[in-house]
Amino acid sequence: MKLIGMMMVIIVGGLLIVASEDMPDWGDPGSPASIHVSPRYIEKSEAETSVPNMVTAVLADYRGYDTLGETAVIFTAGVCCVLLLRRYRK
Amino acid sequence: MIERIEDVIIETLCRFLVPFMQLFALYVVAHGHYSPGGGFQGGCIMGASFILICVAYDIEEAKRRMTENLNTIFCSVGVILFAGTGLVSIALGGNYLDYSFLHKIIPVDPVSVRSHGILIIEIGVGFTVMAVMISIFLNVASKGKHEDELKQDGIHY
Amino acid sequence: MEYIISKYNYWIYITLMMIGFYAMFAKKNLVKKIVGLNIFQTAIILYFVSIAAKKGATIPIVLHEHGQAAGYAVQALQYVNPLPHVLMLTAIVVMVGTFGVALAFIIRIHRQYGTVEEDEILARED
Repeated sequence: MKLIGMMMVIIVGGLLIVASEDMPDWGDPGSPASIHVSPRYIEKSEAETSVPNMVTAVLADYRGYDTLGETAVIFTAGVCCVLLLRRYRK
Repeated sequence: MIERIEDVIIETLCRFLVPFMQLFALYVVAHGHYSPGGGFQGGCIMGASFILICVAYDIEEAKRRMTENLNTIFCSVGVILFAGTGLVSIALGGNYLDYSFLHKIIPVDPVSVRSHGILIIEIGVGFTVMAVMISIFLNVASKGKHEDELKQDGIHY
Repeated sequence: MEYIISKYNYWIYITLMMIGFYAMFAKKNLVKKIVGLNIFQTAIILYFVSIAAKKGATIPIVLHEHGQAAGYAVQALQYVNPLPHVLMLTAIVVMVGTFGVALAFIIRIHRQYGTVEEDEILARED
């Protein structure tokens, strides 16, 4: 089992390293992730929301709906823990 | 299981550190606009302060300071604060979670009121994250048993 | 040589991912499998945050110079891309929730079977 595991890990690791040849360089300002939507968020967030921290503005204002779903996820995780573990007093 | 070890150094240090941790957690939540921080980070630090009490003393001390009823109320109030701001925005005539319509309640201009809406939401998220951190830790550490079952096992919990 | 210097960060994250991956299916203890899952998720978070970096840029909080009124231009090249940081905040919280529920499951399994080793549980099931 451990030998099969080690072989699989080496094969998958090799495949991923070959696939990382196409990824953008580290710190490249012209990479696709930095060109499409984020320049608009960086330039306009202080003027539209009067909050200097761009991460908080995007998290709670532009993408506030995702944060609502995520608060529901952590609430559900808390409820699940209680449901799984507590037993009723007989 | 967490058994109580009475050690003067650990108990004194814990009693000294916990108020500063909670004050720092409130600072991180309130300064989410101007420095790295916000609701999730402040809620985690606040929950960690209760877990420090639980580790340094025992579970009974932590449950005396944050009872389970109060914990459940905090957990729900956080989600209600978040969803409620959205519903207030609908009631004032805008879209869901559109903070610029809150300027009819809070008397500032429609650009600055978005910053106040963000603050209310971060406070709600902080409540929920703190309550869930404490609840998961207390349930997993005591294995879900009630106090008399643990005393029957011979373990002072 | 140029190829190694410009892309070595991906190799570090792939190594971390493979360590977590190996722990998830080659270890017999259930708690060690969950720890492997945690390492895997941490490697994914680091990978996404490294995509956001830009050369010579500062953290994504708008700098207010002294004595400068509002109306200065904010250039997109000066600041690090904030979007992957936002997505990874959510991912970290999901990591914590998954870990708590997984530990609750392990406690239930221990209550039922009396052990947390995988082969003993499979042997006892017959």
